[in-house]
Amino acid sequence: MPIVRVQEADFDVGRELEVLTGGRTDVGALASFVGLVRGANDGRGVSSMTLEHYPGMTEKALDDICREAASRWNVLETLVIHRVGPLKPGDRIVLVGVTSAHRGESFAACEFIMDFLKTRAPFWKKESTPEGERWVDARASDDVAANRWKG
Amino acid sequence: MVTLLYFASLRESLSCAREQVPLSSASSTVSNLIEQLRSRGDRWSEAFAPGRNFRVAVNQQMADAATPVKPGDEVAFFPPVTGG
Repeated sequence: MPIVRVQEADFDVGRELEVLTGGRTDVGALASFVGLVRGANDGRGVSSMTLEHYPGMTEKALDDICREAASRWNVLETLVIHRVGPLKPGDRIVLVGVTSAHRGESFAACEFIMDFLKTRAPFWKKESTPEGERWVDARASDDVAANRWKG
Repeated sequence: MVTLLYFASLRESLSCAREQVPLSSASSTVSNLIEQLRSRGDRWSEAFAPGRNFRVAVNQQMADAATPVKPGDEVAFFPPVTGG
């Protein structure tokens, strides 16, 4: 069962990942990814950012992505925590954690989950810059990253 | 009636987050619904102009122009996603 949470509050990476491994002896590998707010994007300073989501669909999409990863690789547990609301440069945005018996599966599944999250999960970023607020445009490079998992 | 939701830049340009609209016919699709919204003119025809890059979900599943829409459905319109 994937663990999926969308929340305003920050998360403790160590404690969250401990949930995936605590009390088990079948886990040989834990791969994780933490996404952070950058202080500059497309050449402009970012003083703050607001993340919006589609309550209900977002959680469902993240759950589907984790299940898809589990159907492709022999993973034990998957976890995605994604923040919404106001965030500042340096803040954590997202945590992905995957466990497996051997490292190959968790590395691949972790990257897959992030690539699909970037292109399939309904989140939108709005940045505050010195020139005012702007919605972040989707990147073609994210589509390319997601497409390499096809076939 | 169907519930329409708008997110992010689309919500702002349309000044609308949520509304209920009647379906124009019993066998409606996403495409019919978009036509219905375009016919409102002004910012609606602009936001949903052909070639504009937006996504549609029906009952919280990604959909396309041919996806059927029936009374009681929740249809969401939003720009390409930018999370992570």
